[in-house]
Amino acid sequence: MGRKRKDRLGALALLLPSAAAIGVFVYGFVGWTVRVSMSDWRGIMPDYTFIGFQNFMTLFQQDRFQTNMWNTLVFTVAFIIVCLLLGLLLAVLLDRSMRGEWLFRTIFLFPMAISFVVTGVVWRWLLNPVMEGTRLTGLNLLLHEIGLGALASPWHMHPTWGMLAIALAATWQLSGYVMALYLAGIRGIPEQLRESARVDGASEWQIYRRVVLPMLRPVTLGAVVILGHISLKIFDLIMAISPEGGRGFSVEVPAMNMWFTTFRGLRFGRGAAIAVILFVMVSLLVIPYLRYSLRREVER
Amino acid sequence: MRKLMVWLMVAGLLLSGSAIGWAADEDLTGTLEIVHWWTAGGEREAMDALYDVFRDRYPLVSLIDASISGGAGIAARAVLISRIVGGRPPGTFQVHAGAGTIDPYAEPGFLEPITFIYEEEGWVDVFPEPLLDMLRFDGEYWNVPVNIHRSNVLWYNSAIFEEHGLEPPATMDDFFDVAEELEAAGIIPLALGETWTVVHLLETVLLGTLGPEAYDGLWDGTTDWGSNEVRDALVYFDRMLDYVNPDFSALSWDEASGLVVDGDAAMNIMGDWAHGYFMAQGWTPGVEYGWQPTPGTAGAFQALSDTFVLPQDAPDRDVVVAWLRTVGTREAQDAFNPIKGSISARVDADRDAYDVYQESAMDDFAQDAIVPSLQHGAAASPEWMDDFISAVGSFVAHRDVDTLHNDLVASAEEALD
Repeated sequence: MGRKRKDRLGALALLLPSAAAIGVFVYGFVGWTVRVSMSDWRGIMPDYTFIGFQNFMTLFQQDRFQTNMWNTLVFTVAFIIVCLLLGLLLAVLLDRSMRGEWLFRTIFLFPMAISFVVTGVVWRWLLNPVMEGTRLTGLNLLLHEIGLGALASPWHMHPTWGMLAIALAATWQLSGYVMALYLAGIRGIPEQLRESARVDGASEWQIYRRVVLPMLRPVTLGAVVILGHISLKIFDLIMAISPEGGRGFSVEVPAMNMWFTTFRGLRFGRGAAIAVILFVMVSLLVIPYLRYSLRREVER
Repeated sequence: MRKLMVWLMVAGLLLSGSAIGWAADEDLTGTLEIVHWWTAGGEREAMDALYDVFRDRYPLVSLIDASISGGAGIAARAVLISRIVGGRPPGTFQVHAGAGTIDPYAEPGFLEPITFIYEEEGWVDVFPEPLLDMLRFDGEYWNVPVNIHRSNVLWYNSAIFEEHGLEPPATMDDFFDVAEELEAAGIIPLALGETWTVVHLLETVLLGTLGPEAYDGLWDGTTDWGSNEVRDALVYFDRMLDYVNPDFSALSWDEASGLVVDGDAAMNIMGDWAHGYFMAQGWTPGVEYGWQPTPGTAGAFQALSDTFVLPQDAPDRDVVVAWLRTVGTREAQDAFNPIKGSISARVDADRDAYDVYQESAMDDFAQDAIVPSLQHGAAASPEWMDDFISAVGSFVAHRDVDTLHNDLVASAEEALD
């Protein structure tokens, strides 16, 4: 008993510094940001005059912020779904082929090793919005060359669906990562399970549908949370592709609006309000997942 | 060739500087940290020329170049604010002249007024009156201008205009005639870049439609934003957007100017930093490209100016004051500006140091009506500018003149309230 208590005290002493640091630098600043978001802080000098939810109301009435939210929605949905499907498809294909697996695995994973800024610079050129004439470059030129000129697109300059072009670039970068997650998951499924399914006369399709996919559910959930928090907070990729958020904010997201509102407009209160909205959105995604995985751990 | 000339010019200025043996305090010691956002080609070299002049006068002072690039100074501003509010200001920093940019620092007491330097150096007599008006806040001077840029300039590809027998447009109506002909010939009439260049275009259209006096009044409330004249300007602006490159908003300002160099576009409306860009492309002013005030703005000079300040509680204050005195001198300005592409903020600049474009800008600055530029922070507060950019950004997507007009009226009401 005495030994155990000593252990506990030791553990507490070891945890305390990092707990205190996280308490101040994470939760403390979250709290402070919430406080600023309800203040009338404009200009450089801090001003904590309490104005309630006025900053939030102004934001939700703004065309620009509504566009930001729409963009985040389009991007998140397209990016997560395409990444998951493509990642799963690649993982299954790799799982089935024997020769050259390492080569393809490396090729698919490589984009992940690049920073979003580098990806952005390359895709900025690929996504040139010129649709015809002598100044064609990038994807539109490619489409014209292979006779699909009719498919040329304004890409990220499209007022409603511009974010899909950004999702394209992000998917290029991260579907290989999802593939690696799924591949590890598939490899983690005991071979006997598949063998016995085969003995029972299941087709390969049925094996994937009934055995492999259900076993992969935790991987999918983890991937959704990882991709989801990346997509809700995406900033650097878009800043590199289009530093002012496209045409008429066609690809501006809340994180970018926060940057401009705070440091160009010197509206610190409103900028903090955007930060709080982002925080709530990410929490809505992460907290259910944390609860789910904690419960699983308890069950084990 | 151009590089050689610049070097010779710098060398010559340095020589003349040391030959005169100006009142330098060679024993002054300390450290001076300078925060600025001049990192692009041309800008960098101009800043180095300024450093050389300073080092020549104060050889014992060590200079720390804290340049922060990105977002036309927004990135630098983000760093500056945390340092200033946190009580650790740099020695000095770059800021645009004008009420909108200096008040946020001066009003809460983060800057020390430098009217005493103005008096000692006699700057009130050498900086032109309209510039002094732009610099004065609360009855004091707070910053030293190093240059003057002009924003209402129409740049054009001379070969294209010659080939099609066209004259560069002097008025709004001329512009549309010319644009029509150019478009029929398969040439993009006007090269345009990302959103801030669109705001830049709009401010020149406002100036061209309203005239300098009414334009000036927009920023202090004496001109009504809801007026038909403002609406006329917005309609012109809307029509102009029909004659721009399809990939505007996707191009940076220099990529847009590049369309004129490549012969894809005939005209570009941009500040005279484009002049430095054209020369860097190997073009000679007056040969491959020409310039004139943007349509309807002859006789008006839309100005912006870069300045340096004295922060409150700056480390090594003596050194900062020495820096400010130096950048205000004729020698320093004539070393900096020929490279930067701008003109000296002083009326007694040495004309021989400048090229043919800059000489024309000097002449215009001396006789034109001087008005502030919005996009570059000289006219309105940061908040107002942010709203303005939001309104123009949305307009570019939806092209609804009424909404734009309402948005601009609303943001002016909030700002002038």
